[in-house]
Amino acid sequence: MSDVKKFLYVNRKAPYGTVYALESLEVVLIGAAFEQDVSLAFVDDGVYQLTKGQDTAGIGMKNFSPTYSALGDYDINKIYVEKESLEARGLTLDDLQHLTWEDEDDDWAEKDSIRVVSASEMAEIMDQSDVVLSF
Amino acid sequence: MAMLHTVCKSPFERDAMKSCLAHVVSGSSVLLIEDGVVGAVDNTAVSDLVKGAMENVSLFVLGEDLKARGISEDKLIDGITVVDYSGFVDLATKNDNVQSWV
Repeated sequence: MSDVKKFLYVNRKAPYGTVYALESLEVVLIGAAFEQDVSLAFVDDGVYQLTKGQDTAGIGMKNFSPTYSALGDYDINKIYVEKESLEARGLTLDDLQHLTWEDEDDDWAEKDSIRVVSASEMAEIMDQSDVVLSF
Repeated sequence: MAMLHTVCKSPFERDAMKSCLAHVVSGSSVLLIEDGVVGAVDNTAVSDLVKGAMENVSLFVLGEDLKARGISEDKLIDGITVVDYSGFVDLATKNDNVQSWV
């Protein structure tokens, strides 16, 4: 495909209470087949989607959080998490899953996928996207 | 009359918890469930509001919903009681009435 567009998926909801987080993840995985330039943004309550140690056995719902660690295999390795959103919720990067990808141009070196950015940096990322999908 | 108030929305996204805490009378119980459980965490933008309310009301949070969201109990505000589903039922029966903040 010649015209690769910059896709940004904006996630602003906590998982499980509503279906937005799961729907977003499914659309991201479907979209991965189209070989576009994909970025994921986690803002506001969306940062809860990436917390580690999720255990949904007690609420009888499928725990889809392990799927985030597979995104690197789909060449989705730009995962932006907003610093202000973490701080307002008493969270740090350490509370999130350690998501990585393997860089084939660098001898398959394992690199971090999550980049913590400020709200103003997030604004730039949004501004420079060709297609924005909001969840 | 003893009332159990349940809050199921995140305090960072909706004002359900804020409104609930502004309308509870002293001695009531407030149970945070579903996305509402994030309001039980300490050192957040809303934790002072919750701590203030706890001078007059008892705060509870549903453990199953905490676990689903990867929130460990050691992150909670001191004095909040974690209950399971049967604890939820106990609270509902122990109180005269239940008010849901949706």
